[in-house]
Amino acid sequence: MLGNLTTAALPQDHIVITASIFMGISAVGVIALITYFKRWKWLWTEWLTSVDHKKIGIMYIILAFVMIVRGFADAVMMRLQQILSVGDSYGYLPPEHYDQIFTAHGVTMIFFVAMPLLVGLVNVVLPLQIGARDVAYPFLNSLSLWLTVAGAALVNVSLVIGEFAATGWLSYPPLSGITFSPGVGVDYYIWALQLSGAASLLAGINFFATIIMMRCPGMTLMRMPVFVWTVLGSMALVIITFPIFTASLAMLSLDRMMGMHFFTADFGGNAMMYVNLIWAWGHPEVYILVLPAFGIFSEVVSTFARKRLFGYTTMIWAVMAITFLSFVVWVHHFFTMGAGANVNAFFGIMTMIIAIPTGVKVFNWLFTMFRGRITFASPMLWLVGFIFTFTIGGMTGVLLSVPAADFQLHNSLFLIAHFHNTIIGGVVFGYFAGITYWFPKAFGFKLNEKLGKAAFWAWIIGFFVTFIPLYILGLMGMTRRLSHIDAASDWQPLLIVAGVGVLIIAVGVVLQILQFIVSVRDRKHNMDTTGDAWGEGRTLEWSTSSPPPFYNFATIPTVHGRHAFWDMKHGESSEPKSGHYEDIHMPKSTGIGFYIGGVSFVMCFALVWHIWWLAALGLAAIITLAMIRSFDYETEYFVPKEEVAKIEAARA
Amino acid sequence: MTTQTLTHHKEGSWEARHNKEAKALFGFWIYIMSDVLLFGSLFATYAVLHNNVFGGPSAGELFSMPFVLTETLILLTSTFTYGLASVYAHHHNRKDLVIFWMMLTMFLGVAFLVMEVTEFVKLFGEGASWQVSGFLSSFFTLVGTHGVHVTAGVLWMGGLLVQVLRHGLTETTVGKITTLGLFWHFLDIVWIFIFTFVYLMGAI
Repeated sequence: MLGNLTTAALPQDHIVITASIFMGISAVGVIALITYFKRWKWLWTEWLTSVDHKKIGIMYIILAFVMIVRGFADAVMMRLQQILSVGDSYGYLPPEHYDQIFTAHGVTMIFFVAMPLLVGLVNVVLPLQIGARDVAYPFLNSLSLWLTVAGAALVNVSLVIGEFAATGWLSYPPLSGITFSPGVGVDYYIWALQLSGAASLLAGINFFATIIMMRCPGMTLMRMPVFVWTVLGSMALVIITFPIFTASLAMLSLDRMMGMHFFTADFGGNAMMYVNLIWAWGHPEVYILVLPAFGIFSEVVSTFARKRLFGYTTMIWAVMAITFLSFVVWVHHFFTMGAGANVNAFFGIMTMIIAIPTGVKVFNWLFTMFRGRITFASPMLWLVGFIFTFTIGGMTGVLLSVPAADFQLHNSLFLIAHFHNTIIGGVVFGYFAGITYWFPKAFGFKLNEKLGKAAFWAWIIGFFVTFIPLYILGLMGMTRRLSHIDAASDWQPLLIVAGVGVLIIAVGVVLQILQFIVSVRDRKHNMDTTGDAWGEGRTLEWSTSSPPPFYNFATIPTVHGRHAFWDMKHGESSEPKSGHYEDIHMPKSTGIGFYIGGVSFVMCFALVWHIWWLAALGLAAIITLAMIRSFDYETEYFVPKEEVAKIEAARA
Repeated sequence: MTTQTLTHHKEGSWEARHNKEAKALFGFWIYIMSDVLLFGSLFATYAVLHNNVFGGPSAGELFSMPFVLTETLILLTSTFTYGLASVYAHHHNRKDLVIFWMMLTMFLGVAFLVMEVTEFVKLFGEGASWQVSGFLSSFFTLVGTHGVHVTAGVLWMGGLLVQVLRHGLTETTVGKITTLGLFWHFLDIVWIFIFTFVYLMGAI
């Protein structure tokens, strides 16, 4: 009846029991609060069923913040274990639990923190920047969100019921095959990521089509804001690489569920096929994450240096060059496979070449700052921090791209330090800058600057204190994912330094949480009444009010140049405020995306535990829900022009 | 210059791009491109694993070419019949003929699926299951994934038939017929690659 699910799946270990109780209490607390304030109906009609891109974006970002707590807790636990587990002492985590933690840390941070932050920010900002009223497919947008939430929920449920994968964040076979990982951990991993992958693909198609099809009149490709360009590159990568990801995970699960032999060690399987496929997705994935961060920095730098961006055209060419090059470097993740000198040389050189367009971008940002009247608001601090950090990360990357050096550094902490250097310094700093920069646009008030700046300093100092020791440890020969360290290794002092660094980052996280609380409390003092929160906005999102009305623009703007809003402010083109309105065509809210997300969660849970009848029922329910949606021809409505006029009058 | 660009966009592409059917069609093209990559991954895996028979049967020993050729011809015919349905939807506004040709397409699609399942059952019965070797795993997965797509197409066509019956040939239903057409013809092209790379080259 319940497949492989028995009471043995419940937590046994006291750390897991504590975490489960904490999760349970949080969930009950949230439910109690909503009930107490009688907000269920509001939550359902205004948020869960909404197809408004701004609300969906905010929900994505909330998901990312919930999951970053989980991912960060994993990081703290790993650091602590490595400090404690030296010589005769074995720390507080048994190896099989430690292995689950480093896997969950990577999976959570990439798929359920970085990706939701990316999709969330793009959702909030991109339609506003191109002068559109919504994305191309509002319903698919809601579906993407709920599939992502279902995947994240699956990862969290694995903490309480059963176990998570103990295989590393990419689950290489044969370790992740049924022989060596007979438990449900890898199955949780596979199905959580299948949901998240499907959601990402849908989002990719949605935003790509939005950029191509929904730009306002006059906005030619070469007039698009740089953020839009970077999202275009990023989404092209999503569309091309996520199917490879889906296919590789599907083959891995066929190996596990149906006894196939794609990646098994015998019966003619080939484990390196998986490694090639997964990195053909995995390498572009890091550019999927970092390109939009480059875009955010390009917007931030020109706003706070009060200058137009230096080298717009070269910036675009650099984005496109990186988009292309990211496909031809994947073998650098496993130079040690034994592909031979010529193959390794090709992939090594291609990897080094990526440094050129990236360097172009760095110089463009620097030249934008050159002779600008720079305001060091917190987004600008993140930018300067990023330039330092990312440049170091880029240089260690070039070092790793030399196959001969890579043979020494492969799988060492040097590599760990390198990619955290680029992902924290590039992606995380970028998204934090973006959140601070666009927060007033989404909510109508600014975040507290003092706490924001303090958080920045804690983050960047903590970052270097954590990861510089890891570079040195890597050069000393310490490999990644060790749950125990030999006493003769001399590694412990540096590990303690790294642990202190994580504590400093933790201070930064606490400051950020405080920043949100304080900013909400003091919002009356930080109101953005103009819509142009920083006073120097150049792009269209600043031309509408903060927060924008649900239809974004009462009249669709017409663009005459690259700096659409700047031109409007400085009289070089007319502002679209004529007082004459037309009926506005908007999509209706629908609960179907939420239902499909919920049913997908149940179906994937059933697949993990081999509860076949429930999985079949889930699939039937998904098909039925899709059919119901397809048969609904009344998915849009008109906002009459009188109502638009009323809303606009109230806003003015 | 400025006014030129402005009027150009107002009269032409901007309004056209905001049409719901146009958006759906464009998005579906992109989806198909992503599906090409999905099949591409499976083809690549088949290419790597197809010689790894591990003592089990090889492609040359397993497949019956006349059977597969019949299967192929059925699918090719179904793409032609769907094309006719499309033509009658777009140019002649003949609801009755659209429904007739779509039903025939569905019938051919189901016939194709029945043949595929028959082939799978026969192979399984001969002991050539997906558990025997890397080659057979990749064969069943590649061909099976195509089959799952055809099944989805048949279900979709069933749903669309009801919608055409209910609403007639409106802008929306004709748009949906076009989109499904893209999908159906795409599956045909994928099958041609399967026929060539898996069956024909396997028979050599």
